[in-house]
Amino acid sequence: MSENGKKPMMTRRTFVKVAGLAGTGLALGIGYKVMSGPGVPYTDAAFAPNPFLRIETDGSITVMVGKAEMGQGVATSLPMLVAEELEVPFERVAFAFAPAHPAYGAALGMQVTGGSTSIVEMWEVLREAGATAREMLREAAAQEWGVPAADVVMRDAMAHHPDGSTLAYADLAVAAASVAVPENVPLKDPSEFRIIGLPQPRLDVPQKTTGQAIFGVDAGPADARVAMVARCPVFGGSVRSFDATAALAMPGVQEVLEISSGVAVLADGYWPALKGRDALVVEWDEGEAAGLNDAEISRRLAAGIDEGGGVAAEHGAVEAATGGEAITEEYELPYLAHATMEPMNCTALVEDGRCTVWAATQFQNGPAMLGGGGARQVAAAAAGVSADDTVVHSTFLGGGFGRRAEKDFVQEAAEIAGRVEGAVRVMWSREDDMQHDFYRPASLHRLSATLDDAGNPAVWRHDMASQSILNRLLPEWMPGFVRNRTVMKNGVDPTSAEGASNQPYRVPNFRMTAATVEFPVPVGFWRSVGHTHSAFVVESFIDELAHAAGQDPYEYRRDLLAEHPRHLAVLNTVAEAADWGSEVPEGRARGIAVAESFGSYVAEVAEVSLGKDGRPRVHKVWCAVDCGVVVNPAIVRAQMESGIIFGLTAALYGKITIEDGRAVQSNFHDYEMVRMSEAPEMHVVLAPSGDGPGGVGEPGVPPIAPAVTNALFALTGQRVRTLPIALG
Amino acid sequence: MVTLTLNGRVVEVDAPDDMPLLWVLRDTLRLTGTKFGCGLGQCGACTVHVNGQAMKTCQLPVRDVAGAEIKTIEGLSPDGSDPVQLAWVMEQVPQCGYCQSGQIMAAAALLDSDEKPTDEAIDVAMSDNICRCGTYNAIRRAIHRAADIRAGITATDGAGASGGDR
Repeated sequence: MSENGKKPMMTRRTFVKVAGLAGTGLALGIGYKVMSGPGVPYTDAAFAPNPFLRIETDGSITVMVGKAEMGQGVATSLPMLVAEELEVPFERVAFAFAPAHPAYGAALGMQVTGGSTSIVEMWEVLREAGATAREMLREAAAQEWGVPAADVVMRDAMAHHPDGSTLAYADLAVAAASVAVPENVPLKDPSEFRIIGLPQPRLDVPQKTTGQAIFGVDAGPADARVAMVARCPVFGGSVRSFDATAALAMPGVQEVLEISSGVAVLADGYWPALKGRDALVVEWDEGEAAGLNDAEISRRLAAGIDEGGGVAAEHGAVEAATGGEAITEEYELPYLAHATMEPMNCTALVEDGRCTVWAATQFQNGPAMLGGGGARQVAAAAAGVSADDTVVHSTFLGGGFGRRAEKDFVQEAAEIAGRVEGAVRVMWSREDDMQHDFYRPASLHRLSATLDDAGNPAVWRHDMASQSILNRLLPEWMPGFVRNRTVMKNGVDPTSAEGASNQPYRVPNFRMTAATVEFPVPVGFWRSVGHTHSAFVVESFIDELAHAAGQDPYEYRRDLLAEHPRHLAVLNTVAEAADWGSEVPEGRARGIAVAESFGSYVAEVAEVSLGKDGRPRVHKVWCAVDCGVVVNPAIVRAQMESGIIFGLTAALYGKITIEDGRAVQSNFHDYEMVRMSEAPEMHVVLAPSGDGPGGVGEPGVPPIAPAVTNALFALTGQRVRTLPIALG
Repeated sequence: MVTLTLNGRVVEVDAPDDMPLLWVLRDTLRLTGTKFGCGLGQCGACTVHVNGQAMKTCQLPVRDVAGAEIKTIEGLSPDGSDPVQLAWVMEQVPQCGYCQSGQIMAAAALLDSDEKPTDEAIDVAMSDNICRCGTYNAIRRAIHRAADIRAGITATDGAGASGGDR
């Protein structure tokens, strides 16, 4: 697994824990020596007992953040974990972005930030990293003083002698570096936490208020030339021929070359590159997708459901069960673009057989056999050098939301840089970004239920159809039967069915199927992935059943969640916070929804009205979240608010229309965002259960769309079954 | 050649006169605090002050600002001590942070013209600026707080506590 050809030291569950792709408990340690391998800058820090921590003799303490900071707060919350066990005041801690390296990855050296896993994955790893360093510093002090280590108290970045004298970590750093790395260091009991659980100020905020924070678009050599790529507007199309004469005649344009994704125009800045690209004449081979449109996609999704998808989950006997008249409804959701504020970009320099990349990426490192690997492996292959000779410098991400887990922009930069002199910055326009995304897949859902005499669901059938996200990422050589027995069980992409196959309501007879229908539209991970559609469908349908049963939507859910205490707890908490059932101002109504995703449980209540224009207006949102453990309450609150706005944008506006094989929307005028004037008042209640940590970056998103549409039903009697919301 | 006053200094820029000010700032002068978001005047990430007014620069030809006084995020204060910046830290506004230079410049211009803006005035002034991370409520709190700082009302609670968790 080591990139430099050396076998990594197999030790105990040291600092790199392999969670395993399919839950295998394999644990693998990679020792510190790997840190000086190719592709990783040598550190001359006085004390660097593991890849995550560096202590210098001047007292500086730096936590290496291997995850991508895209706003979700890892550059603060991850250092908090180390600082807690290291026994240093949090204000003494700095962070730095780690290089792309398997030492910072989990399974298979995958250094990925996604699935709201950063705290989940690093919760023990980073506390152990801090505790190990603390014990080595303690031992160094004990040796210096000639006292038993157990008599030395570690606090405030100092070792304390029983007689009251102290030694600063700065002065112990050199000696600590020679102490043997201890096994099985003790971790603090949560009751002793001094840093975790408190709203520590974000370490990245000051530089994000002065314009000094370096994003992908700001990084790399000052003399990098800008490249803009003309790509076929039709998905999957290719270059038939091109004429660069006019482009090359534009002032500032220097080179035009065909690359694997289109035709690149190199110039001495964005403006000349853009004008050069505008002047470029390309004849495209539009390929098979040229006739594709939304109607065709809907038709084929319906056909996929009719033909029957693979069974994702099943219990009881849906066929044999009886009940009252079936309630059957269809729900449809569109493709969605990520629309990160920072359009895709990447800078690369290839010289002397080495490739250097500056990138805002969610996926720095990974095995090439899985979708080409991470940014490092993709850049290496594109530049024609080895991964060992490829360095990836991570920057802040101007939004990620799953888009920056793709490597297409890295591929372009490294490919061009490998063919021209000097550094190249590939810049995407907003239009490029919106029309060449990896979209949240469109999906169609058919739900059918019968109710028993008490009004509770006796049968619940959910049949859906969509494209698969994971299919593309599995190795092409993997035979179908292996695919269907491992990741794609029964042919079901688990990222399609998540949240629906495990819907929490008590139903004696249940079946959920998912048909995979492929289209040439690129699809990918979009903040909360399958839960974006599942929560909307499940939480709308349960609301419909409550209405059919003549019951209050909150009380109906509550009674059916008796076996799911964490769902129930956040549902009750949000109902209490919103004073559910109390009088609502004239012209307004409320809706409720609850969903688990990424190990966290979130319930939301939305209060809506209709504006003079007939458009829904969301005034207030209450949110209760159980993310198990709260590392930083201010960040958890901010992420819930963030998820609510993100999900509300999708509910009110989000739709990428496919016409003639291309994305119609191109910029924020036709792919609108919720703005300040539409942002609801939000009240977030933290209700941690104390169970293992769950994620917070995504789980705020799923419940908001159904909370809003359920409120609109309560207000108007009109049930919204298609997003974005369009009231008739 | 276009002459303008940038963050208090007179600069001569050798750039095509149709080049938007955004790219003059970023590519020619290498002041990267001002961000590119849409190129269509739709998102506000490129907001700077032109003669004291908040203006989007991604479609603003540099010839149109010849002789004007331009202030970017780098010139708002030498050390992040403008009341708006202080309030942004106190309220812990930024998430990804990409839009925040534009948000801060828009907020600073608002407070220059309206020393105690109402929520409605904030809605009007700030709705040109998109934040995909959804920091709108934090921005609103921070603008009110910045107004207080400018009015000499001292902040009483510290940074980071947006929800009273301490």
